[in-house]
Amino acid sequence: MSMLAVRDLEVRYGGILAVKGVSLHVDEGELVCLIGANGAGKSSTLRALSGLAENAKGGVIYQERDIAARPAFERARAGLALVPEGRGIFAQLSVDENLLMGAYMRRDSGINADRDDVFALFPRLRERRSQTGGTLSGGEQQMLALGRALMSRPKLLMLDEPSMGLAPLVVRRIFEVIRDINARGVTVLLVEQNAKAALELATRAYVMESGRITLEGEARALLNDPKVREAYLGESVAP
Amino acid sequence: MDIFIQQLVNGITLGAVYAVVALGYTMVYGIIQLINFAHGELVMIGAMVAFTLIGLLTSLGVPGLPAVVLATLCAMLVCALLGYAMERMAYRPLRGAPRLAPLISAIGVSIILQHLALLVWSRNPLAFPQVVKTESYALGGAAVTNIQIGILAISIFMMGGLAWLVYRTRLGTAMRATSQNPQMAALLGVDANRVIAVTFIIGAALAAVAGVMVGSYYGIAQYTMGSALGLKAFCAAVLGGIGNIPGAMLGGILLGVVEALGAGYIGDLTDNVFGSNYQDVFAFLVLIVVLVFRPSGLLGERIGDRA
Ligand SMILES: Nc1ncnc2c1ncn2[C@@H]1O[C@H](COP(=O)(O)OP(=O)(O)O)[C@@H](O)[C@H]1O
Ligand SMILES: [Mg+2]
Repeated sequence: MSMLAVRDLEVRYGGILAVKGVSLHVDEGELVCLIGANGAGKSSTLRALSGLAENAKGGVIYQERDIAARPAFERARAGLALVPEGRGIFAQLSVDENLLMGAYMRRDSGINADRDDVFALFPRLRERRSQTGGTLSGGEQQMLALGRALMSRPKLLMLDEPSMGLAPLVVRRIFEVIRDINARGVTVLLVEQNAKAALELATRAYVMESGRITLEGEARALLNDPKVREAYLGESVAP
Repeated sequence: MDIFIQQLVNGITLGAVYAVVALGYTMVYGIIQLINFAHGELVMIGAMVAFTLIGLLTSLGVPGLPAVVLATLCAMLVCALLGYAMERMAYRPLRGAPRLAPLISAIGVSIILQHLALLVWSRNPLAFPQVVKTESYALGGAAVTNIQIGILAISIFMMGGLAWLVYRTRLGTAMRATSQNPQMAALLGVDANRVIAVTFIIGAALAAVAGVMVGSYYGIAQYTMGSALGLKAFCAAVLGGIGNIPGAMLGGILLGVVEALGAGYIGDLTDNVFGSNYQDVFAFLVLIVVLVFRPSGLLGERIGDRA
């Protein structure tokens, strides 16, 4: 079943068209990744899908409903979560409060249990629970951003470059958790510059270049595609 | 009688009222970076509505204290509605506009409210109905009235209640989150417009109580009383660091104390060239001095680039 279907998405900044008619779809349970060079339009695409881009055009069908005209907070309440580039940690809120903000829209009694789950996933966050978000390291902030998104019990989780600027060990942990989250039934749309890790994790993938989707397919197939290997995996193709 | 202690008591009392009003400025600024110039008028409307109702209720035979309480609650409701209405009609439509636009809109709202009050209550001051008998107690060489004690107790109660709301509840956490990063708050399902509206409503209700307090302190209320009071409370908010809630409380008390001590000693200091009618000067003097050394206020963290 289709979780998300995007048709001819355009995002404009002033006179510049940054996303030039992107169509993609994510099915329920999938882990789809979107890779591409810096400035290709990946973040703009995710921001438009979550309702943050002001000048976005095109069809966004989420769980069979057209949400293109809905404000960001309504999309979030419908289970569409984004961990944005830069993580969006509330610097002056404590770790605990950041996590509780993740559960802001929930009214059920499982919030504390879910917080314990996040702490089990990232024990470091438990140690730092009363520290403010701004005092955390980059890796800890990414864990917090991920944990906070989980607290909202998303149906579709969109992640914008979760590995950016992190030490290899932390990156590995973050990718493990993303795999776990997906295995627990959360659909994931992952944007990454770390193309190799993303393609190894994903079921399907899209490649984006200057505002357009130029390649798509099974992640495994793209991993062996010579063009992808040369452009994104840093390998020179043998003559 | 010890002038120092007496003026300290007076200053703390008045400062507590400034603090309550300053909270309204600082909360709104913290969340939408708007200086709500009409906030002082809400204090005035609160006082006018309450005074009118107290007069009405007591003439109907309602005893003093219940009349005051009931009238204050009604004034809170009226001001809360006004606060909500100004947010919806004068500020929300300008949310994406350049910063000067809502600021000018705020000045417009302020003028409208003042003249509305002029139409309803005329330019004659309303006297605070003498429903509660003023009593005086001796305290270390100074005299404290029951009115002052009441004002201080209510102010502390309201500041405590607000601190609890902002720092201990889900709504308060959402308010702080929205003020720090509105887009991220939206991504977590926070309806910023709702949070902003609630902020205005709370600030306006506090302003109404402050109006009743300051009115009963001076014994009169008039349609112009909001301007000077609003300006001082705004100074208090800037003094503490605008956008910072403990800062508004600190700034208010500090301003009240400096002003009262200044008024008490200015005659001695200047050989009676200036009298206590110059007390307003002190508020602004302190503001300038503090801002020269700490441009972001006493508890403010960063210097805003905003109007
Ligand atoms: N707020 C903005 N204002 C103007 N141009 C922007 C803005 N955000 C992104 N862009 C431009 O849009 C293009 C796509 O950016 P982005 O979506 O961030 O790409 P990616 O995430 O793939 O690196 C880039 O050329 C970038 O310079
Ligand atoms: Mg990006």
